[in-house]
Amino acid sequence: MAPSSQPAAVAIRDLHKRFGPLEVLKGVSLSAAEGEVISILGASGSGKSTMLRCINMLEVPDEGEVIIGGETIALARDRKGRMCPADRAQVDRIRSKVAMVFQSFNLWSHMTVIENVVEAPVHVQKRPKAEAVAEAEALLAKVGIADKRDHYPSHLSGGQQQRAAIARALAMHPQVMLFDEPTSALDPELVGEVLRVMRALAEEGRTMLVVTHEMGFARDVSSRVVFLHQGVVEEEGPPAQVFGAAKSERFRQFISSGR
Amino acid sequence: MSYFELMGFGPKGWGWPMLMAAGMTVAVASCGFLAGSVIGSLIAWAKLSRSIVARVFGDGYTTVLRGIPDLLVIYLFYFGGSALLSGIGQLFGGSGGFIGVPAFAVGALAIGVISAAYQAEVFRGAYTALARGELEAARSVGMHTMLMFRRIVAPQVLRYAIPGLGNVWQLALKESALISVTGLVELLRQSQIGSGSTYKPFYFYLTAALLYLVITTVSTWGFQRAEDYSMRGLRRA
Ligand SMILES: Nc1ncnc2c1ncn2[C@@H]1O[C@H](COP(=O)(O)OP(=O)(O)OP(=O)(O)O)[C@@H](O)[C@H]1O
Ligand SMILES: [Mg+2]
Repeated sequence: MAPSSQPAAVAIRDLHKRFGPLEVLKGVSLSAAEGEVISILGASGSGKSTMLRCINMLEVPDEGEVIIGGETIALARDRKGRMCPADRAQVDRIRSKVAMVFQSFNLWSHMTVIENVVEAPVHVQKRPKAEAVAEAEALLAKVGIADKRDHYPSHLSGGQQQRAAIARALAMHPQVMLFDEPTSALDPELVGEVLRVMRALAEEGRTMLVVTHEMGFARDVSSRVVFLHQGVVEEEGPPAQVFGAAKSERFRQFISSGR
Repeated sequence: MSYFELMGFGPKGWGWPMLMAAGMTVAVASCGFLAGSVIGSLIAWAKLSRSIVARVFGDGYTTVLRGIPDLLVIYLFYFGGSALLSGIGQLFGGSGGFIGVPAFAVGALAIGVISAAYQAEVFRGAYTALARGELEAARSVGMHTMLMFRRIVAPQVLRYAIPGLGNVWQLALKESALISVTGLVELLRQSQIGSGSTYKPFYFYLTAALLYLVITTVSTWGFQRAEDYSMRGLRRA
């Protein structure tokens, strides 16, 4: 994608994150233009989830910047010297533009599917209830679970729950969507239905950052692949390039190990 | 006089006084229980707090109140309250004599303070049964802390807490009998009065026991209904 004067939909600069003595991110930079789909690969423990969680401040980075749609999230140090968001309201505002889909779905278990989907539009974004419900119904139809509208999450299959979670994310009208291993908790036969929905979103031109072990998805759907290794970006490029001729020996090993 | 005449609703029957007393039992236990819910949720919040001072306070509260006999707590409140009022009376030029405190208020408060210790444990347990991921999801859509509490945390904590709260309610009901020492005419006190004036203690205590059982049975049924209703869709923790 050609560089343009438009600010990146999401950018992180020189992100560092430590958990006690363990430095999980050691200076990660990444930027996604509007409409880009970036697949993030890496072995377990390489810091993929941590990086994604830093983007919406579920984890606060120790150093570095997170910039969403040109707006830098302001960070400050608290009394104990730890980093924290300087402006809670800004974080809440940015979070409602950055939707996250979790490995374990995390639907609110005391709400039906439709209630899950309209919750944030109505209570966070203060949109009119009727409008939010109508839109939620359209979204459920889009992800193929319109008939599960009034079911509770615990009565759905994993694949259906994850599609409901995607509908919940879409209902926020997000500018960026983050997916953290969205199919890893699913039985193999349910993976396809979720990947199909994600492909459709990619084709719509949504900006997506997807942590995944699905090599097929990374190869066919993403515009760029990023390989994290021990908290640094070890390899990065369009799928054709990285899967064809990776510079990094580790990345070649990683793909040949079949993950 | 037969049992049924004695406990009947005729001119010489004790039916109405006993029913009124049962109402008083339910009233003082309910007020105490509700006060306990308010105090208990604050204590639970302290116990779950990140601040060490708050945690120590919360743990101290439950340890102390579950450790000392309930009757003692009631005496402390009753005589402590009276001493306080008498002291204030003296300050304003009173005779310095004993001023009784309103038995209902003291009773409800004492039950509330004791009940809070148990309810705090129930709420804390219910909170820990919450799925962390659901809270992260709430934060990830931009909910601020109060909104998340109102929409996600409170409804689920309440659901998980219902069975435990049912048990604590039974305790509050039994504690209410101890309030009879302050002279509040609840079920036990009324039975004492009745036995004293008719010399038929067994009839009165039997009736009291039956009335307690009715109250317990109805409330067990109520809590069960509430649990069934609220657990629709929820996995059991
Ligand atoms: N809250 C935390 N406290 C302490 N350590 C953590 C925390 N979160 C993550 N870690 C550690 O940081 C490292 C990176 O974790 P992260 O979840 O980012 O890895 P990942 O690449 O997503 O791995 P996986 O493929 O297993 O999901 C791991 O060693 C993990 O144990
Ligand atoms: Mg992970």
